[in-house]
Amino acid sequence: MRERIELRTAPHIVQGNSVERIMLHVVLALLPIAGFSVWQYGISAMALILTVTLTCVATERLMNHLMGTPNSLTDWSATITGLLLALTLPPAFPLWMAVIAAIAAIVLGKFLFGGIGNNIFNPALVGRAFVQAAFPVSISTWAPAFSSHRFSEFIPTTLTLPLMTPPDISVWAKQALDGFTGATPLARWKFENVLATPHDFLTGAVTASAGETSAILILLGGLYLAARRFLDWRIPVAVLLSAALTAWAFQLYNPVRFPDPLFVMLSGGLLIGAIFMATDMATSPVTPKGVWIYGALIGVVTVIIRYFGGLTEGVMYAILIGNALAPLIDQVTRPRVFGEIKVKKS
Amino acid sequence: MSLPGQAVPSLMEEFLEGIWKQNPVFVMVLGMCPTLAVTVSAMNAVSMGLATAFVLVTSCLLISLVRNIVPSEVRIATYILIIATFVTVVDYAIQAISLAMYDALGAFIQLIVVNCIILGRAEAHAAKNPPMKATINAVGMGIGFTIGLFALGSVREIFGAGKLFGISLFGPDFQPWVVMVLPPGGFFVLGGWLLLFNWLKSRTPPAPAGVKVSEGHAHV
Repeated sequence: MRERIELRTAPHIVQGNSVERIMLHVVLALLPIAGFSVWQYGISAMALILTVTLTCVATERLMNHLMGTPNSLTDWSATITGLLLALTLPPAFPLWMAVIAAIAAIVLGKFLFGGIGNNIFNPALVGRAFVQAAFPVSISTWAPAFSSHRFSEFIPTTLTLPLMTPPDISVWAKQALDGFTGATPLARWKFENVLATPHDFLTGAVTASAGETSAILILLGGLYLAARRFLDWRIPVAVLLSAALTAWAFQLYNPVRFPDPLFVMLSGGLLIGAIFMATDMATSPVTPKGVWIYGALIGVVTVIIRYFGGLTEGVMYAILIGNALAPLIDQVTRPRVFGEIKVKKS
Repeated sequence: MSLPGQAVPSLMEEFLEGIWKQNPVFVMVLGMCPTLAVTVSAMNAVSMGLATAFVLVTSCLLISLVRNIVPSEVRIATYILIIATFVTVVDYAIQAISLAMYDALGAFIQLIVVNCIILGRAEAHAAKNPPMKATINAVGMGIGFTIGLFALGSVREIFGAGKLFGISLFGPDFQPWVVMVLPPGGFFVLGGWLLLFNWLKSRTPPAPAGVKVSEGHAHV
């Protein structure tokens, strides 16, 4: 490859940012979050992350082969999809279901549309949406963080035999951690009206998906990527700002029923979704105005699903809705070409 | 149906047309309403397929018999009247045979009357061919439609309930894939079958030159 002579037209300045390089840095930014998750949930989280990532990579290679496209493993996108998907799944998720989520992510989310850059939805979220619809019980079964035997034994559901129903872990979970209720902070707020404190969120002492708990590491990863211009900072800012403003408006209206904006921003998958998933270049708008509209839409839809929907968490569907509308947003916010005169429609 | 300039198909070809070459589900992609809605289990799918096949065969026979006496201005109304008659027969028959199946199929039994396969066959084939040919073609189409529904229903029942025709395949611990018995599951399975059939079709005859997927994208 390197010896080949390439004929190119001007400009001959080497642009350092290739898809491969950006993706590699996203992987690096995700690794600390994955590491924190393993520290919190032990070998179950490690098995989950490895299984999902390897399945994504293997499926990508197989699809390359089947569709006759060149090997696309080197662009790291399958690795990112795998890591992100694993981080959005509950740590107690059975591995065989995780494999199905990974295959759905790559095949349904990516290759049916033609591979990297052609997908209209974020592949990791397509995979998660598929298993959310297929296995609604397992995807809302949560395991306690920092249980004492987490590095020596698996969570009982992790090693469920393929196609079989995972065992009930409520007894095991109570044993592993005193007073464990098996509900996420969002579910506890929704059904028991108990609010988790910001301190709980920042130290990871909450029940959540594998990669949702380390607010600080997610923010640091986002800041790093934004500083290197690998992601559009406007998207996460717009998502968080609009979610906070919507939450604030609701709280003004009824302070007893609705939680404070900080809780809304820190709980659930809003941070990781806003920073790592909504910013996917292939599925977000490109126009400056469109990016703000897209982010704001995701924030508002998230809060509305959380407050009024049947589910406790709405980030996934909010981002998928945003993805679906991204081409339309681009269309209506197309900037005027310099010198173009606005023609009035009759 | 034979186009001008084509050899007249034999009875065997007429029969096989609906099963393979012009399969209503996999090739023509007609009648998607019952195909997606009632195929949550193999039993439902086969019942629906047979009910539709019965209406298809009997109406095609009758339409072919009256094809020369019906003025073309009122032919569609006549077809619908004939089809509706047989749908009523099927509707009462299923209700009498199995009330549970009648409840499971719901409005889709009555909706056979607007199934586009039946009206399409009536207009395109039965109205132009003698009774023998029309009936044989309709039988093939009916079998093809039933096979199509069974293909969807069996996959959805295996994943959605771990059973086939109500017989458990994986034991009591099977984890059902809820999505497979929901509407999205119908679309996923249909898409999978269409993909498989298109892939098979693109392989069986020697592919014409230039169809091959272009190898190697421009290197960036």
